[in-house]
Amino acid sequence: MGSTNSTLSKIPNVEELVQETGFTPAHIVRLYDRFEALDKEKTGHLRPQDFGAINRLAINPIGDRIIGAFFSPGQETVDFHSFVRILAHFRPADKKRPKDPSMPEPVNSRTSKLKFAFQLYDQDKDGKISRAELLQVLRSMLEMQVTEEQLESIADRTIQEADLDTDDAISFEEFRKSLEKVNIDHKMSIRFLR
Amino acid sequence: MCDRERSVAMEDFWAIVLAGLKVWVCLIVALLMVPAMFGFSLGISETYMKILVKILEWATLRIQTVNKEQQILKSSSFNGLVQRDDGSMEEELRGLRRSRPKPPVGGDFTLSDCFYFYRRGIEDIIEDEVTQRFSSEELVSWNLLTRTNIDFQYISLKLTMVWGLGVFVRYCILAPLRIMLASIGLTWLVIGTTAVGFLPNWRLKSWLSEWVHVMCYRICARGLSCTIHYHNKENRPRKGGICVANHTSPIDIVILCNDGCYAMVGQSHGGLMGVLQRAMARSCPHIWFERADMKDRHLVTKRLTDHVNDKTKLPILIFPEGTCINNTSVMMFKKGSFEIGGTIYPVAIKYDPQFGDAFWNSAKYNMVSYLLRMMTSWAIVCNVWYLPAMHQQEGEDAVQFANRVKSVIAHQGGLVDLSWDGGLKRAKVKDTYKEEQQKKYSSMVVGSEEDRSSNSD
Repeated sequence: MGSTNSTLSKIPNVEELVQETGFTPAHIVRLYDRFEALDKEKTGHLRPQDFGAINRLAINPIGDRIIGAFFSPGQETVDFHSFVRILAHFRPADKKRPKDPSMPEPVNSRTSKLKFAFQLYDQDKDGKISRAELLQVLRSMLEMQVTEEQLESIADRTIQEADLDTDDAISFEEFRKSLEKVNIDHKMSIRFLR
Repeated sequence: MCDRERSVAMEDFWAIVLAGLKVWVCLIVALLMVPAMFGFSLGISETYMKILVKILEWATLRIQTVNKEQQILKSSSFNGLVQRDDGSMEEELRGLRRSRPKPPVGGDFTLSDCFYFYRRGIEDIIEDEVTQRFSSEELVSWNLLTRTNIDFQYISLKLTMVWGLGVFVRYCILAPLRIMLASIGLTWLVIGTTAVGFLPNWRLKSWLSEWVHVMCYRICARGLSCTIHYHNKENRPRKGGICVANHTSPIDIVILCNDGCYAMVGQSHGGLMGVLQRAMARSCPHIWFERADMKDRHLVTKRLTDHVNDKTKLPILIFPEGTCINNTSVMMFKKGSFEIGGTIYPVAIKYDPQFGDAFWNSAKYNMVSYLLRMMTSWAIVCNVWYLPAMHQQEGEDAVQFANRVKSVIAHQGGLVDLSWDGGLKRAKVKDTYKEEQQKKYSSMVVGSEEDRSSNSD
């Protein structure tokens, strides 16, 4: 039928993606178009440089970390499925879903979003944000605008506020507790208009 | 006996074909070329457009009724893909920090600050303001062309039949007709301008050259089924000036030259384009540069200035964006043409995407496949607004002047005024922009200079 879109047939395992991520087929098509637009050399994979070509991302202070979130440790390329799976973290939470403890946590729930943000800080994935890791994030966000002492005092103050078991690091539970009043679903969600 | 019968039948067949061809050619000449040459219209294209509009309205209604039944949400005509919060960095970060007590010194850092940057980053990965301008604009409702079909639902048999009929009409009837017209137009242009070029330099020569140019561009416009509405013709560019317009595709030249004669600026090519360029240059002065010369800005400026200062020469046509944008926005104007000092005549061109998408995505399509796509669309409909002449004011430098002209064009054409450089689609952005972002954020973390200095007393 000529009036159906041929892009959908180009994407392998679409139903699986829809099930896993909760994106509608139309959204997946748009994401695929975007993936193809970023993949200038048509290799079917994206490398960090392809993300670097996005101008607004290049001027984002934590742009490099966001790009890093797409690549699993040791991997240098990301295929379309992984691309969509990472983006699925930013889908607005499904309000109508009943809380079923036997089902695995959906990828866009509040907890999953928090875990994803936690990994931004916790680069070595040991489950804790150490002082050094926090300093690293601060450094990339502020770079030459503040002095090293200012950075250290900010890091100290932040850990003091959030660290409840005084181990000089922020665990995931402490992270979650310090952000319990923030509307995560609103601030960490992307809404598609069409 | 059988052989002779067969050969007679064949002769009859060819005679019929020849007669048919003669009728066809006469029809084309009478109905399309003669009006094009003399600038009047027989009303055939108007009727075609009216029928087309009715069919498209019917199709839209059908799609809407089906969608309503299935309760699918359709948003407004906003062209973005993701919803953006338009707040500034300060507003957004303050919103994130609302739950905390206010710190004594201006400035604070929270673990939730990064959410703002994270979300912005992901939004930009899905869609960014600049890259989105280099792909075709999406339509609110489908216009029965497969290439613009995003929502791929089967609606009804009637709609599919109409679509099928549309395919047949576009590919088998309109496209060959248009290709023929376009080739006639271009051939005539080459022959006509070369012929005029042999005349000595009388006033008659320039009048004839203008007539040949406009006539051939009109034929080319029929070859693309262009319907052009010109507004404010009293502001039309005059001799010795520079005409500046937003750039969407190479067809812009055909659109503008249908209503006036301009001197073109550009790189001299080889091959077919080169033949065209040399022929045109014979009948009236155009400005073609060799590839090496284009790098020499001084030389370029000098040639343009000389042309502008000669009041008998035609106005120069320049597209300051330097590249094709998708007709939803206007990007940074390069300041070169605004340093010459002539009178600037801004022109805004806006295509109606309902009948055919005129944007040339040079990364996706080469020139030939682009032209074929143009010739198999329904039609090209556009509006051209001539804006009042502008001059560089006292104390205004070239960049400010360029931005002023750009915003006037964007305002008239209903386009978004962006300050990004269109050349960025190929190059990387400078680090200074990143430092600006960091500076902004740092004032929210450690407080601005005033806060700190007032507290240190």
